Amino acid sequence: MTDYAVLSKRIPRTDAWEKVTGKGKFAEDIILPGMLYGKILRSPHAHARIISIDTSEALKLPGVKAIITGSDFGSFRYGMTPTTRDETPLARGKVRYIGEEVAAVVAIDMDVAEEAVRLIKVEYEPLPAVFDPEEAMQPGAPLIHEDHPGNISVSFNTNFGDIDKAFADSYYIREDEFYSQTNLHGFIEPHSILAEYDPSGRIKVWPSKQSPYFLYRNLSNAFDVPLSKVRVIQPIIGGGFGGKNGSYALDFCAVMLSKKTGRPVKITLDQEEIITAARRRHAFRGKLRIGVDREGKIQAYDVRVVLDGGAGTGIGPTTLALTHYFMYLPYVVPNIRYEGYRVYTNKPISVAQRGNGILQIRYAAEVQLDKVAEALNIDPLEIRLRNAVKPGHVTVNKMNVNSCGFIESLHQAAEAINWREINKQPVKDFGKFNGRYLSGVGIAGNAHSSGCRIRGHNSCSAVIKLHEDGTVSLIHGATDSGQGAETVLAMITAEVLGIEVQDVQVSRVDTELTPVDPGSYGSRVSSTAGNAVLIAANDCKRQMAEIAGEILSVDPDKLNFRNGQVFLEGAPVKSISFRRLSQKVTSHGAGRTIIGKGSWGQDIEPINFDTGEGDVSASYSFGTQAAEVEVDTWTGKIRVVKMVVAHDLGFCANPLGVEGQHEGSIYQGIGHALFEECSMEDGRTINPSFTDYTLATFKDMPPVMESINIETNEPTGAFGMKESGEGTTVSTVPAIVNAIHNATGIWFHEMPITPEKVLNALRERGEG
Amino acid sequence: MKQAIVLNINGQDYEVLIESNWSLLKVIREVVGFTGTKKGCDQGECGACTVLMDDQAVLSCITLAVDAQGTRIVTIEGLGEEDKPDEVQTAFVEEGAIQCGFCTPGMVLATKALLKRNSNPTEEEIRDGLAGNLCRCTGYHKIVAAVKTAAGSLTK
Repeated sequence: MTDYAVLSKRIPRTDAWEKVTGKGKFAEDIILPGMLYGKILRSPHAHARIISIDTSEALKLPGVKAIITGSDFGSFRYGMTPTTRDETPLARGKVRYIGEEVAAVVAIDMDVAEEAVRLIKVEYEPLPAVFDPEEAMQPGAPLIHEDHPGNISVSFNTNFGDIDKAFADSYYIREDEFYSQTNLHGFIEPHSILAEYDPSGRIKVWPSKQSPYFLYRNLSNAFDVPLSKVRVIQPIIGGGFGGKNGSYALDFCAVMLSKKTGRPVKITLDQEEIITAARRRHAFRGKLRIGVDREGKIQAYDVRVVLDGGAGTGIGPTTLALTHYFMYLPYVVPNIRYEGYRVYTNKPISVAQRGNGILQIRYAAEVQLDKVAEALNIDPLEIRLRNAVKPGHVTVNKMNVNSCGFIESLHQAAEAINWREINKQPVKDFGKFNGRYLSGVGIAGNAHSSGCRIRGHNSCSAVIKLHEDGTVSLIHGATDSGQGAETVLAMITAEVLGIEVQDVQVSRVDTELTPVDPGSYGSRVSSTAGNAVLIAANDCKRQMAEIAGEILSVDPDKLNFRNGQVFLEGAPVKSISFRRLSQKVTSHGAGRTIIGKGSWGQDIEPINFDTGEGDVSASYSFGTQAAEVEVDTWTGKIRVVKMVVAHDLGFCANPLGVEGQHEGSIYQGIGHALFEECSMEDGRTINPSFTDYTLATFKDMPPVMESINIETNEPTGAFGMKESGEGTTVSTVPAIVNAIHNATGIWFHEMPITPEKVLNALRERGEG
Repeated sequence: MKQAIVLNINGQDYEVLIESNWSLLKVIREVVGFTGTKKGCDQGECGACTVLMDDQAVLSCITLAVDAQGTRIVTIEGLGEEDKPDEVQTAFVEEGAIQCGFCTPGMVLATKALLKRNSNPTEEEIRDGLAGNLCRCTGYHKIVAAVKTAAGSLTK
């Protein structure tokens, strides 16, 4: 067991003080002299041709400085991949969902801007619209994108092994269909951007983005400005969860309006705009056919997935692909056929959201596994143990499992929820129950990508600059959107150099100065940026050791850096303080500037969208969650009493941060299972505010949450790290669904599991 | 037509020129310039705009600035600095109760108000007392721990 000086300690976040004093600036907090305020005009139609836009009345309103529409952006289109550029900054030609951005106004204050938006006259020719993906795929359905027949945004089909034979040889086969609803990222900080377009042709923006470099590229393309003249400066980000990765109308419009007015422009959305029109999680329908042997060991799967893509593509291909790839983990699957479709509908665009497709498919697979267990009279824990993958496993589609603590996580979670005792209780005769509360426990496994390998730019870099007083600057391109990555990177630096975390000054992204980085998504910061920082820190250390070696007349390779000292192991007289060494290097010889640098990217091929083979990340996290629920049969309300997370995260760099991530993951999982849904009727959101879009409060969370870290020391992770903030959302949902079944005998095949649904189900069964 | 009013914020009087329909939140952030108080939903649903008004937690986004005259307003900036922090701030930092930080100012001030009226709340009282403040990141667990720790420090 390594005795670290800094890592594995409970350390408060490096940015905690600026946040708790209100000093830290989020995008909306930043103001510039002469700043104007922007507001977006949105489509009232789910599908319509734009016949004309008349801005004349609006332009006459005193205080209005400029108005733009889609044509102001010429033929510019963008998207997450080169072949899926189906988004434009503002609608052109037609609108494809209620809330799609049609025009933008900038004015001296928000009141004038809002008034002006109301004065813009748009003439539409409404078109038939389609809201359900299965309907959208039917012949004759309204065509949303002309170049995508059948409204298919992405399709993906794979076939490994021999499923016909495997099903024929199976002892037990069943087929189930599951539905997982659209819900929102739910960040409390709305989207916001401040833009300044310099007449000399330089763009400067302060946006709330998880992945500032995507915006930097998009702005460069949209405005035909070289990348070196696009400066994206990252403020503090108030949560992203996948919803602040892309570039949206407000970003392009703020820059364009600044260009047209010669003044800085701020655009901040309100929650109604976000809830009704911004990006959201893909709704999912999964039909799974499973064949198992007498022992419940999986023989084959036949899977059909349909994702509701909304009106554009975004990062959709990855979401669909992940519903495929995460059928192969965390259980051994010898034969599988997969058919997946991501379908356009006339609704806001679906994108990545914490768990990105993996949450949806594992929910279906884990609940079904419990159904199999029940049918075969096998303990749900036992069936999972029998099927669990082990370290070194290679899946039928050639995914390679390095470290894997899945079996350990099953045991630990089960023990923490007291599984063996509870499960020994006699099967409840639900028909005879006439009390009020029913209790149950449920368990579910998960696997997740740790550092998703995406196409295009994939590696992270870091630079560490030594100051003469022994403090350092860590300059990197990754983004902390609240998950605590900044702190982990500072801890890695401090550990390697043997200094304190507070002596590491961590930069935030400024695309003019920081290294290009893919961004904060796909659970990649600790593993990918972490490795880059580790290499940079070692580079810095090596350079300093060289000089220390000369000063102390010692072999540099034998020097240790710890507790602010640089010393020869076992010979305390041969030492120099890090601070003193930092002073001396500047005058050593001709004077040295110590700058350490490092780069790292996963040494695997990008996700293969054609064959379905290969790794999606350099490593995979694994885990198990167990839930104890209480069902109130009088009101239908479900209370999560206890939640246990046992997660194989490779190495726990900061227990305080990791626990926070586990607890937050559970929070979002509970929201998904029980509370949240974008309720829509004919493309219109009927719960457009936090009053009706229910975000769980203090009172809805389990009083007991146990977080168990399983350290398997992943070889490809910095200090053995893997992700611990996204995979931990994946099995919250099925653990709760399985617990509800254990309590009531009822299987729920769709979410959220509202009190109304519970009461209806109880009634149907003849009680309550 | 704008009117001049005086607001007492963080112990200081500010004379501001405002419209009668402006919220206290708008005046705090945009006129006086204290951006620590956050605009989350602007509809009184999320609690990010919480400030103290005569030691009570109020939602500044649904409070009219004109109605705040004659009261003592405290925003997060008036609570403490890193070198001289309030016990609640210290507890939040040390217990890991902060992630993205957007709900934090409102949460800290709501905690101050809670501890003022109940210096030793039970877990249930904490969850009840803070239920008007939403957080998307933490799952509330460490916030509850921070409130308990702060209650302990304050009663010392």
